[in-house]
Amino acid sequence: MTFVAKPRVHHPQLKLNDLGLTRRDYEGSVSTLCAGCGHDSVSAAIVQACAELSIPPHRFAKISGIGCSSKTPTYFLGKSHGFNSVHGRMPSVATGANLANRELYCIGISGDGDTASIGMGQFAHIVRRRINMCYIVDNNGTYGLTKGQFSATNDKGSTSKKGVPNLYEPIDLVGIALQLGATFVGRSFSGDKGQLVPLIKAGLLHKGFAFLDVISPCVAFNNHRGSTKSYDYVRDHRGDVVAADFVPAHDEIVADYLPGAREDVAMPDGSTLRLRKLAPDYDPHDRVGALAYVQRKQEEGEVVTGLLYLDPDAADCHAILETVDVPLNGLTDVDLCPGEAALKSINASFR
Amino acid sequence: MTRYNDFVIKFANVNGSGSASANSMFAKALFRMGVPVGTRNIFPSNIQGLPTWFEVRVSERGYLGRRDGVDIMVAMNPETYAEDVASLVPGGFLLYDSSRPRPHELSRSDIVDVGVPISTLLLTEFQDPKQRQLFKNIAYVGVLSALIGIDFDVLTGMVSEQYKGKDASIKPNVHALEIGRNYARDYLDTPLPIQVRRSNVVGSRIMIEGNTASGLGAVYGGATVCAWYPITPSTSVAEAFETYANRLRTDKATGRKKFAIMQAEDELAAIGMVIGAAWNGARAFTATSGPGLSLMSEFLGLAYFAEIPAVLIDVQRAGPSTGMPTRTQQADLMSAVYASHGDTRHVVLIPSTPKECFDFSADALDLADRLQTPVIVMSDLELGMNESLSEPLVWDDARRYDRGKVYDAEDLDRIERFGRYLDTDGDGIGYRTYPGVHPSKGSFFTRGTSRDEYARYTEAPEAYIENMDRLLKKWETAKSLVPRPEIHESSPRRAYGMLYYGTSLTPMQESLDLLAADGIHLDTLRLRAIPFADSVFEFIDNHELTFLVEQNRDAQMRMILVNEGEIDPAKVVPVCYFGGLSISAEFIRRKVTEYFAMNKLARISEVKR
Repeated sequence: MTFVAKPRVHHPQLKLNDLGLTRRDYEGSVSTLCAGCGHDSVSAAIVQACAELSIPPHRFAKISGIGCSSKTPTYFLGKSHGFNSVHGRMPSVATGANLANRELYCIGISGDGDTASIGMGQFAHIVRRRINMCYIVDNNGTYGLTKGQFSATNDKGSTSKKGVPNLYEPIDLVGIALQLGATFVGRSFSGDKGQLVPLIKAGLLHKGFAFLDVISPCVAFNNHRGSTKSYDYVRDHRGDVVAADFVPAHDEIVADYLPGAREDVAMPDGSTLRLRKLAPDYDPHDRVGALAYVQRKQEEGEVVTGLLYLDPDAADCHAILETVDVPLNGLTDVDLCPGEAALKSINASFR
Repeated sequence: MTRYNDFVIKFANVNGSGSASANSMFAKALFRMGVPVGTRNIFPSNIQGLPTWFEVRVSERGYLGRRDGVDIMVAMNPETYAEDVASLVPGGFLLYDSSRPRPHELSRSDIVDVGVPISTLLLTEFQDPKQRQLFKNIAYVGVLSALIGIDFDVLTGMVSEQYKGKDASIKPNVHALEIGRNYARDYLDTPLPIQVRRSNVVGSRIMIEGNTASGLGAVYGGATVCAWYPITPSTSVAEAFETYANRLRTDKATGRKKFAIMQAEDELAAIGMVIGAAWNGARAFTATSGPGLSLMSEFLGLAYFAEIPAVLIDVQRAGPSTGMPTRTQQADLMSAVYASHGDTRHVVLIPSTPKECFDFSADALDLADRLQTPVIVMSDLELGMNESLSEPLVWDDARRYDRGKVYDAEDLDRIERFGRYLDTDGDGIGYRTYPGVHPSKGSFFTRGTSRDEYARYTEAPEAYIENMDRLLKKWETAKSLVPRPEIHESSPRRAYGMLYYGTSLTPMQESLDLLAADGIHLDTLRLRAIPFADSVFEFIDNHELTFLVEQNRDAQMRMILVNEGEIDPAKVVPVCYFGGLSISAEFIRRKVTEYFAMNKLARISEVKR
């Protein structure tokens, strides 16, 4: 934990975004997590992604459940409202928030306990409903705040700090998201900002449910030899399939030198998401293939990362519900109240 | 001697046999003749096959509570035939299908048998076996029209209305009515000494289910997000919201909707969505029943502590656990008022009529925004799922939604420093902001953990205590905002009083009249909300003793009264019915009279002039 508050002044050459703001304008208050916690890297990646996208820093809704991961929305985007809700119930709160105002960028932060155990039901259903949001799981395989119990994403055989092996099968959130219809699925590693930042950007701009499973080691309880969620283990066992590069709307798109190995996806704001295939036999638009690939590699002991699946054209929840373009929280009495005359005829229908 | 507009008729049917629409047509016909009717569906937790009953209390005097003792029984279910015959009062009439022989050991000499060979009559008239089954129900309505004098034109008019656009269905329905009527006219001893006749007592009133009125109230009250999970008896609240929102809130040009309805995966998610939507500035509500309320309690505690508006319509049924899911009770009070762990108190509104269901739905949305806290509307199955007589619904076009204390961008520019939980006005309610409102001011972090006035996390005891005390102050503020109790006091005041709430209103006038005839005269107070107004405790103080009518075993309202008002429990005598049927006037009369007798309380006999 850092007790020293960051100074308000910043380096004069800190890069300005299109709004004339710097990365510092997207930060939150000082983290109270352990020094070296993977979650702080995820927060930093969110700050960078949002700043580089030049979205006004107050136009986000940050929603989380309970746990170490769920504390982090305090540590980024301080100009936006945040809601640290109920353990395992972030998805329902995020659903309500998104229904109320479709114009805000909705970021959901959860952990492996919060999503894969107590929140498994709500997670499954928010995927199905295609709420337009970026749902990030800071996945460390352990319950940090209650001192190191295994979580449901911990691999079978992976050991605790005291050397006790986990006896139960792991839940693979990526597999579940793929199966239940998420239209954007990625997995990344808190130790690889180069991969993570473009994925967060793409997830935020994606119109629909974007899921990011970010392996984010717990330095206090799950970073030892024998753990499959440690920095070392993940570095040694990663296999990247598709890298995402982000090209803002105003930048020229330069031709790639490896034809066939890349694909440009137009994003709703006019920017371009450039996908680079790192595994030649991998197709990020084949849901069933992606699921099989990730599971096969898992069997082989490889942690597949990158942009795993993308359907840029699917309808999001507001499209499914056919709601008006105006955010529901902006509708007034005139829009909402049918008035006495209509009530008179309703009364007549009950006579 | 012929009795007019004063009887109980009961229909015994098999669930899923299509009897519901015929029975409701019967009740509606009487209503259209201007005669007050109270209807009750007594149905099992089942889709098809189990017994179901429909009871209609017909009363010119407006006594519409349930009354034991059936005057006319339409016995269409062989399985319940024995108990149906037994439920008739001496001299009552038994209408049955005489196409097949009846078990003679069940016949009673003190009732009048009215046998009609309904199945046989329909056999030659309709080819389709499904139609034959359905029209049995319509045919007995036709029989009744001749027996008790229902205007036949009223019935045929209702058929035409119901099948408007499906004209092919009108003729066979009318024909089925005629088959029944003609048989009765030609072969039965008509009319019965129990008759209906046109009246002007109903006046401008409507007949509507409480749940329909609740759903409509949410449309009028400006709810834009409805999240719910199916559960009897609350499901029709969300369904009514959907029906009327589709009709009244769809943009005519684009077909797009000014509302969102989400059928959640469970009640936890339903209330979570409501809280998320309300946090983000939309008006949101959910509807549920006891088991759902239990599941929602963690979230209700969050909304109380984090101060987020939420509206919950609890249509109560008999608990605990699954209880009797299709029977009525008022047994969720304790779990609603004090829902969740920690120190919590929730605002509760208690409607007694469909009109109050409508009003309180809309009012709850205003109150939740004003008080920044959950507001729970406590209806019940009796009110929610039965068509009741009600004053027409009214909306004042000059009324504007009260969105409570919300700072917009201009307000934020004006103030020096925003503090979400500052008690600026001294009423315990701070100012909130909607997410995304201002580029640099007004954002704050909402949490269920302790915080200071500027919404910063803290575990400092002083800050926590200050916050919890402020929430109590808000509770005090709520007292002046919630619906007032309805008090009827004689002048001079009576020695004894009667407290009641919710659907105990329905039999109340009848029980008071019965008690008065016994020399027991009571002032009355109908509770309509918690927190209680001071006048509730004054009423208790001003009477030697008050009875409190409740539809639960443990006198839950009494516990809350004793707790909130620190009153002497001995001053409030519980009168509790909890069998799952609607409470009857006779039950109340008996309990109160027994208490008077047992305690040798003095009765007054009014001087007859």
